[in-house]
Amino acid sequence: MLERLGHTVEFPIEQTCCGQMHYNTGYHREAVPLVRRFVEMFRDAEVVCVPSASCVAMMREHYVLMAEAENDPAFLADVRSLLPRVFEFSELLANRLALEDVGAQFAEKVTYHPSCHSLRMLHVGDAPRKLLRAVRNLQLIELPDQEQCCGFGGTFAVKNADVSAAMLTEKNACVIHTGADVVTALDNSCLMQIYGGLHRSGSRVRTMHLAEILASTGASA
Amino acid sequence: MSVRVGKTSSAPAFPIAAKSVLQNEQLRQNVHNATNIIRGKRAQRVQEMPDWQQLRQSASDIKAHTLAHLDHYLLQFERNCERAGGKVHWARDADEANTIAIRLIRQYGGDGPGLEAIKVKTMTSDEIQMNTALEAAGITPIETDLADMIVQMGHDEPSHIVVPALHKNRFEVAEIFRRTMNLPDLSDTPQDLANAARHYLRDRFLRVKIGISGANFAIAETGAICVVESEGNGRMCLTMPDILITLIGIEKVVPTFQDLDVFLQLLPRSATGERMNPYNSFWTGVTPGDGPSAFHVILLDNGRTAQLHDERERETLACIRCGACLNVCPVYRETGGHAYGSIYSGPIGAIISPQLQNLEHSRSLPYASTLCGACYEVCPVKINIPETLIHLRGRIVREDQKTLGGTLAVENIAMQAAAKIFLNHRRYEAAQRLARTGQILFERRGQLTNLPGMAGGWTKFRDLKPIPAFSFRDWWKAREKTNAAREDVH
Repeated sequence: MLERLGHTVEFPIEQTCCGQMHYNTGYHREAVPLVRRFVEMFRDAEVVCVPSASCVAMMREHYVLMAEAENDPAFLADVRSLLPRVFEFSELLANRLALEDVGAQFAEKVTYHPSCHSLRMLHVGDAPRKLLRAVRNLQLIELPDQEQCCGFGGTFAVKNADVSAAMLTEKNACVIHTGADVVTALDNSCLMQIYGGLHRSGSRVRTMHLAEILASTGASA
Repeated sequence: MSVRVGKTSSAPAFPIAAKSVLQNEQLRQNVHNATNIIRGKRAQRVQEMPDWQQLRQSASDIKAHTLAHLDHYLLQFERNCERAGGKVHWARDADEANTIAIRLIRQYGGDGPGLEAIKVKTMTSDEIQMNTALEAAGITPIETDLADMIVQMGHDEPSHIVVPALHKNRFEVAEIFRRTMNLPDLSDTPQDLANAARHYLRDRFLRVKIGISGANFAIAETGAICVVESEGNGRMCLTMPDILITLIGIEKVVPTFQDLDVFLQLLPRSATGERMNPYNSFWTGVTPGDGPSAFHVILLDNGRTAQLHDERERETLACIRCGACLNVCPVYRETGGHAYGSIYSGPIGAIISPQLQNLEHSRSLPYASTLCGACYEVCPVKINIPETLIHLRGRIVREDQKTLGGTLAVENIAMQAAAKIFLNHRRYEAAQRLARTGQILFERRGQLTNLPGMAGGWTKFRDLKPIPAFSFRDWWKAREKTNAAREDVH
């Protein structure tokens, strides 16, 4: 999709993880080398596009604090210089590129789950909905109780599996209620949770990242 | 000093307690209904405030300033309270506070049997298990806040900071009243239930001469105490007894009367979705011929001072116990308060309980959250609860790693391994390949449905797509190769 819009995309194959899983689970020391690695890898990028709101939230909320705690001025300077160039996928399109219509076509009923970190930490607001509304032939259906968490929460999903599943049951009841063919979000982690519950219960609703929908041109579908 | 918070030392871990609560459909329904109503009312009352965010910031600033100079304001409060005829007592922990309260009650009521004390909503007294201590000393505590009364009569535990009997519906309340008030024919209409409670309580208000209260605020500048409530039972408790004992955590002090301008706008809207509480009671020392003739304040530490040294932990002490974070929490919504094993439940409870006890108990609570951030969004004093949860997780991991058991724990080993794998993309890709081979054992009709170990927690309730044979990274590498070849041709 980005190339279709005329941009050059690089994927540094050396990249792995932003450190969020370790950090949020309490493994702060173990997350530091991962953060250093991330910063080093993307230091010279013009724009970093991250198709995961929670990873961007990790960077914005914690990278500076971590660099400060490390007492390493060079590391801190790198973090400070990099962060303004980091965009979550929908932010990149809506804010940096000021786009609504990306030339996509997708002839299905879609409902949008605003993931917690995109909603409350990145404050992406209506941007993803505007992008979806501009997709040709797409019918957007509002998700009831959409601001409620899906119950993923990283390691919460296995540490508190029973509660996580109870939360997921509520979320998926709302998803199914919409009658949508596809549920989309800005975080594959939430989508993995939602998919897991939908598939287990025999639902045919599919999960797709917003990028997958915006990349569709209807050509092969 | 021994810090104690309710029954946390014997409470099961959150996931275990939650699992059993999740089986109780009636309780879950009650919690759903009640939290839906309160959060809806709150949202309405907050929406009509154009300066809500500024108010939150002011509250946060006042609390941060006060907590940074807590010694100063506590001493100022003591001076002004005693100047007005009150007496201030300092309690380091639960036992000291209970001992002081019992001594004061005995001094007033004598050593004989049959002593009673009426109480108005004080969570802090639940924190120090004051009722148990009073009963052991032969003093009968009588809860007069309606919800606390229901909890006490039902030999139950509070499940919410503001609405302690939130987990009960009116049919269950009627059953409790019929049994304990000996009213077999009592109906379950709200009017009849309120009348029964009023009749029962009025008798106690007139009879009992010893009152025990909590407080929402203590004002350093004037030595006054403030309680806000909806029922008027508190007002009775504060004005009718001969002797009044007020128990407050040291973090409840605010510098000036004017500071309440901020807090009394934030608290009722956040707590019950009301613009203003029906009863706002203030009392300063003693006034001859008006209200209690003896007034004692017990200032409780019980682990609070130890929280002051760390800025992140200190912030938790700003809590004004509005319960807004409970009502919006998707975890609390499923489990209610009892699963937390502490009188402080929900997101704020998940950071209060472990911190008061310096992580000795309630260690599973910082993990009882998806970090969804709904709590931080509604907190009227801007406590960054998710950040504090992560901070506490960090402390727990560091502590556990110092023990052999912690080092050898499955989670720690997995996390160390993952950290190593993530540090090198070749190792990362090798791990992917390995998982791709290994997962064949667990694949059924193209899905992973029954994984071993920690991942079993996932597949108990959810399916998982297997790692694809041709990953994104494979695709990207292949594409790069094709592109390079194409460039060579040109």
